[in-house]
Amino acid sequence: MAKITFITSDDEKITLEGTSGSVMALAVENNIKGIDGDCGGVCSCATCHVHVAPEDIAKTGEASEIETDMLELDDNTDEYSRLCCQLEISDAIDGIVLKVAK
Amino acid sequence: MKKSSLPDPFEKARLESGCGKMNDQDDPVTMLLRHKDVRKTAHNWKTFQSGAEPGRIVVPSEVNIRDTRQIPFEVDPPEHKDYRAIVEPWFRRPLQPEYEKQLTEIITNSVNEALKTGTLEVVNSFSLPLQSRALTLLLNTPFTESETWISWGTHVFRSEGEALDGDKANILYNYIEEQIEEAIKNPSENLYSKLLDSEYDGRKLNKEEVKGIMILTFAGGRDTVINTITNSIAYLAEHPESLEKLHKEPEIINNAVEELVRYFSPLTQMGRVVTEDTHVCEHAAKANTRVSLCWASANRDEKVFENPNEIVLDRKVNPHVGFGFSHHNCLGATHARQIMRILLKTLSEKVQSIEILEYKENIEDLDEFKRKVGYDSIQVKFNPKTV
Repeated sequence: MAKITFITSDDEKITLEGTSGSVMALAVENNIKGIDGDCGGVCSCATCHVHVAPEDIAKTGEASEIETDMLELDDNTDEYSRLCCQLEISDAIDGIVLKVAK
Repeated sequence: MKKSSLPDPFEKARLESGCGKMNDQDDPVTMLLRHKDVRKTAHNWKTFQSGAEPGRIVVPSEVNIRDTRQIPFEVDPPEHKDYRAIVEPWFRRPLQPEYEKQLTEIITNSVNEALKTGTLEVVNSFSLPLQSRALTLLLNTPFTESETWISWGTHVFRSEGEALDGDKANILYNYIEEQIEEAIKNPSENLYSKLLDSEYDGRKLNKEEVKGIMILTFAGGRDTVINTITNSIAYLAEHPESLEKLHKEPEIINNAVEELVRYFSPLTQMGRVVTEDTHVCEHAAKANTRVSLCWASANRDEKVFENPNEIVLDRKVNPHVGFGFSHHNCLGATHARQIMRILLKTLSEKVQSIEILEYKENIEDLDEFKRKVGYDSIQVKFNPKTV
């Protein structure tokens, strides 16, 4: 079980709990604003862009090369950017805070 | 080579020079073949514009058959953003439960019909009717409209032997104009009325703009969807193990749809007009010439995809550009994805096997490349699951 907090572009704070699957799927199921997950999680659409809170980046790890290539061409990307379809829910990421990019 | 394979004609050129040349009605095109170049160029709308003369970014060019600007497709930022914002919520309706339910009904009926008939020609007797019926949901128009669209045949611009057919295009344009007039007289809940009531830049959209959006909606989702459906059936015919896998592991259906779109790349390429002298893959590109983003080649780029010429149904990471990339990514993608997800699920539940009886391939002539995009016709036999 992991608790994940999303902060949307209008500063709403929503904490969700999940046990498995991707963070993107959890966000889409719960209608988190700004996370669409159009491609269903295969890293082809960049509609699940989040900024990981700097103190949580150790838990999530940094973006993979395929993600970076994708994010390079997205607006307001920084070193904390991730596509959350590539974040698997597990105890390891319990407590992380994600700021939705869109 | 299997009957359902779509070979990659771009491999050698992609590896060697990264681009190809195509003459198109004396307005030549430099085709970009590498995944990275395609994505970067798609993103750089300032140097590679969409808002050129209407029809010019399409390959083959439609400059000679159309004056209406397709919207938001042939508009650049910042105007593009406002137009896209008008249509985006409407084109995301396919995710609503009621829409999904109705689409499931349409697809279930089409598959049941095919199973009842047994042997049929897929392009005209399955894919075209299915695409047309599904489009009534996207437009929110009466189901019976689909009969008119089916009667137009498989491509609203193309007819046998000719890449571009002005007469056929006029059938569509006249039809859309009539529908717009009808919506002005009798407003309803359909897309025409919705657009006529939408505001852009502090005023209502005008008829020409509505027409531009409607042409895009009809033309963009016709042969692309038809080819994707037809090619998927051919693939499943030759890969019964995949049909079985989809049935046993429905959770991979989403991955399967993305992978089929990558492999089939139903739209081979899309052009841009160069606005200033620049370089593409180490070649000079002069202002007012054309380049194209070759999605089909980018989707087989060996630097990005492992086993690019194989359909790996449950491919996990799949940064394909089958729906384009960046601002102009496919507006109808949500609708298309829903059609394909529901179709794969329905086929896997109801169909035991499919046999290909005879077929004629549809090969695009791109000068130095010849690319199979699908079939002109393909006769198959559907065998139902016995309960």
